[in-house]
Amino acid sequence: MIPAAFDYYRPKDMGGVIALLQEHGDDARVMAGGHSLIPMMKLRMAEIAHLIDLQDVAGLDGITVEGGRITLGAMVTQHQIIDSAALLAAAPILREAALQIADPQVRYMGTVGGNVANGDPGNDMPGLMQCLDATFTLVGPDGSREVAARSFYHAAYMTDRDDSEVLTSVSFAAPRGGYAYEKQKRKIGDYATAAAAVQIEKNGDVCASASIAMTNLSDTPVWSKAASAALVGTTVDDAAIAAAVAAMQADIEPVEDNRGPAAFKRHAAATVLTRAIRRAWDRA
Amino acid sequence: MNDMTPEREERVAGLKGLGCSRKRVEDARFTQGKGNYVDDLKLPGMLHGDFVRSPYAHARVKSINTEAAMALDGVVAVLTAADLAPLGLHWMPTLAGDKQMVLADGKVLFQGQEVAYVIARDRYVAADAVELVEVEYEELPVLTDPFEALKSDVVLREDLDPAAPGAHGPRKHHNHIFTWEAGDKTATEQVFAEADVVAEEMIYYHRTHPCPLETCGCVASMDKVNGKLTLWGTFQAPHAIRTVVSLISGIEEHNIRVISPDIGGGFGNKVGAYAGYVCSVVASIVTGQPVKWVEDRMENLMTTAFARDYWMQGKIAATKEGKITGLWCHTTADHGGFDACADPTKFPAGFMNICTGSYDIPTAYLAVDGVYTNKAPGGVAYRCSFRVTEAAYFIERMIEVLAIELKMDAAELRRINFIRKDQFPYQSALGWEYDSGDYHTAWDKALTAVGYDALRKEQAERVEAFKRGETRKLLGIGLTHFTEIVGAGPVKNCDILGLGMFDSCEIRIHPTGSAIARLGTISQGQGHATTFAQILASEIGIPADSITIEEGDTDTAPYGLGTYGSRSTPVAGAASAMAGRKIRAKAQMIAAYLLEVHDDDVEFDVDRFVVKGAPERFKTMKEIAFAAYNQAIPGIEPGLEAVSYYDPPNMTYPFGAYICVMEIDVDTGEHQIRQFYALDDCGTRINPMIIEGQVHGGLTEALAIAMGQEIAYDDMGNCKTGTLMDFFLPTAWETPHYTTDHTVTPSPHHPIGAKGVGESPNVGGVPAFSNAVHDAFRAFGLRQSHMPHDHWRIWKIADDLGLHG
Repeated sequence: MIPAAFDYYRPKDMGGVIALLQEHGDDARVMAGGHSLIPMMKLRMAEIAHLIDLQDVAGLDGITVEGGRITLGAMVTQHQIIDSAALLAAAPILREAALQIADPQVRYMGTVGGNVANGDPGNDMPGLMQCLDATFTLVGPDGSREVAARSFYHAAYMTDRDDSEVLTSVSFAAPRGGYAYEKQKRKIGDYATAAAAVQIEKNGDVCASASIAMTNLSDTPVWSKAASAALVGTTVDDAAIAAAVAAMQADIEPVEDNRGPAAFKRHAAATVLTRAIRRAWDRA
Repeated sequence: MNDMTPEREERVAGLKGLGCSRKRVEDARFTQGKGNYVDDLKLPGMLHGDFVRSPYAHARVKSINTEAAMALDGVVAVLTAADLAPLGLHWMPTLAGDKQMVLADGKVLFQGQEVAYVIARDRYVAADAVELVEVEYEELPVLTDPFEALKSDVVLREDLDPAAPGAHGPRKHHNHIFTWEAGDKTATEQVFAEADVVAEEMIYYHRTHPCPLETCGCVASMDKVNGKLTLWGTFQAPHAIRTVVSLISGIEEHNIRVISPDIGGGFGNKVGAYAGYVCSVVASIVTGQPVKWVEDRMENLMTTAFARDYWMQGKIAATKEGKITGLWCHTTADHGGFDACADPTKFPAGFMNICTGSYDIPTAYLAVDGVYTNKAPGGVAYRCSFRVTEAAYFIERMIEVLAIELKMDAAELRRINFIRKDQFPYQSALGWEYDSGDYHTAWDKALTAVGYDALRKEQAERVEAFKRGETRKLLGIGLTHFTEIVGAGPVKNCDILGLGMFDSCEIRIHPTGSAIARLGTISQGQGHATTFAQILASEIGIPADSITIEEGDTDTAPYGLGTYGSRSTPVAGAASAMAGRKIRAKAQMIAAYLLEVHDDDVEFDVDRFVVKGAPERFKTMKEIAFAAYNQAIPGIEPGLEAVSYYDPPNMTYPFGAYICVMEIDVDTGEHQIRQFYALDDCGTRINPMIIEGQVHGGLTEALAIAMGQEIAYDDMGNCKTGTLMDFFLPTAWETPHYTTDHTVTPSPHHPIGAKGVGESPNVGGVPAFSNAVHDAFRAFGLRQSHMPHDHWRIWKIADDLGLHG
């Protein structure tokens, strides 16, 4: 658990960060809370010659809720999400999900930016952000650009972010209707065996819109368009839920690991999604 | 004289002796971060060691190139087997009579095996240098299954002559280590041939790991001027380590000082000798500087001693009415690449022959085959007394299987087979003499406490509701009545490497009436400094608060075999009481002299000697201590000290009744412990608060083992659970509430009647949790499903039983 030697940088502004990234390319990585990256370095699974700490870079923190839009700075911690009254009112699914990430000590350090940018299929925020149809802001040498969460993830640890770019914020429209984040895990601190993020809008007795995303059931988060569509226009009865679950099954590709074989994970995925839909519908 | 007057009660309370929930004196430093662990030790010029380890489970080592590593600034040396061979230290003896490579000698036998040892001026440089050592391997076929290993042509231990007997008798195959038998095979076969009912099942107790919070480590410091080696380390048996170091290094024992400082948990993991110790000692001798080696978490989980990995094929015979007539067990024991179990020498399968448990089983037979595989060596007693956990799990599962076979209630089946109170001392069919017990009383108390009949009714209703589709949760009632065998042990049959398993206490009363006592044991969290002082307080009448307990320094403490197998209270606790009685005997003579009466005319009363029939005439222990040092007493030497080396006449047999009520979600495989009731009978209770803490800790470890904790390998022998992400260590979140209770059946042969308790909750807890899982599915036809019962395995049970529709 001793990392290889590395140079440590703590630039004061984004310009300094970008300059370092341009200089060192693949050998450099930015670090937010460090709770994914540092363990990887200690295990020598990641050798980062140039580590750029974002702690001192201004403008990456803060939670804003304005005009029906929510923006989270990349350095917002899971704890700050849990602690924010404004966020609880505007998008309560975030608090529900954040409370299921790791443990309090990790949540004081772990950030939204790090969680979504790392590309670890085990992280909870990527799927959640896909459910919310969030947009990620990336800043690079040529300025900034926006990428939809639903098209950001290519494969495990492979994202749309270029080596010289930094993910600076996450934003999304305040969700409406009912919500649920349902996660099965082996113990506190564990990644999901299966997790489901669900937002549902109700119009009378009928589902007006739905968004469903799954976590740790493929090498990327899975926003299931078909599963979402299966609920719309229904009364979210057992048949509709079964249809949504079946559609979701077609979109995930779980693999066997210490959490269990793929067949079990599919069953767990069905169970957490069923529960999430029921809970979200009750709240809609 | 012995009436409990308020005045006398106050004096008793002031001692904080036996039965007092005295707060742990250790906790002031631990809760303030002031503990002193091996890794806290920093000596001038100290170097750091780190291992190059094998990525393969079975491979030939073709070459080792250390050039690049040696070229790194700050690297002092890189040791390989070739460097240790001239000293004869490239192999070391194991506690089980086998030998083990210190550094890979031509081949490796498990993933993570030590191949080279880097010594550097800085811990970080050492880790970098490890990466620079180039090792060329040639992969060999890997054997991870002991049954396959016994059939395979692949020879794991090429260093052993397949025709020559091992340390425990003849070997049947080149991958076979020993066969150990107990009981009467012919008579048992006869019983089975004639039995009304026979239930048969394979019970597997999976491979797990003690995983103490502090990993193993040491600091070796050879003083070349005075020729003295000091070795600080995480040793559960510092004196035995001193002897072993002397035997393998040739350094005379008086020139070796072994010190166990504060230890952050051991649970058996820190009993054995590891390559890191040998390499650090050699490195310090070679460099003349202190050398520190502390393993990281992955190294601890993957290479230092594992526990269990017992395949127990069982048969149990009974009458139609459920009276058990015979027990048969054949165990295939996976020992890994070397036999490094830590058992008394004559017991290569530990006390597995306690597997008749709490039951009066007239005829039994046990055979254990030890087998080499390409897994890490070990097989230690993880919070247990030498395979008692395996034995208890085996019999408590077999009882459940028999209950299914007989269509009987498992609680009633136990009740009709318990050894009765009037049968103690009880001679078991497999060779033990149980000292005392009252199982029926404990059992009835437990069943009443949980409302057993109501629980069974609720369970039956739940099954019906499940069948009607009204719930997806099942209810399991896990029963266990375990009997432990601890306090190893009588020197006549218990030794390790020839060292008799007595233990010791040396006590010195200071002139002003306080005292210091030193013991051959070493606390790793058990609270010895608190409890041993309590034993002494009651024996000699000096307040526990005025007694310092010291352990772990072989230069000052009397020789003893250390702390594991719940032996400290049964053995060193007894030595304390006996040393205390020697003090008291001398104090009596001094008191009589001071009171100007005959020795026989004074008697001990709490904290003083009083003249019989004249309680107003007395001398307190404080006064007696002062006189012992400051008054010339004819015929009595000055001073007040004593030492006792206690060789126990028998083992002690703590027991308990545990009941776990568990809810199981058949879809996710998740569980919830609704209730856990633990009744322990550990004989005389020294400190109820510490007992409760021990029970909580042991039950939580049992929960971990039963419900998820596992050292798992893939077919290539890669360890799949080398980090705490995958190796289940419960947090407060996963830990249920426990209800503790007790009965008191003192040990008749122990000086204060104490039996030991630290390991009971692990021994009894694992079958209680596991039986709850099994019991939840009994109505649907489940007989046996192997641990750990993690989510997917419970899901698999439900799936196999067709409960997912």
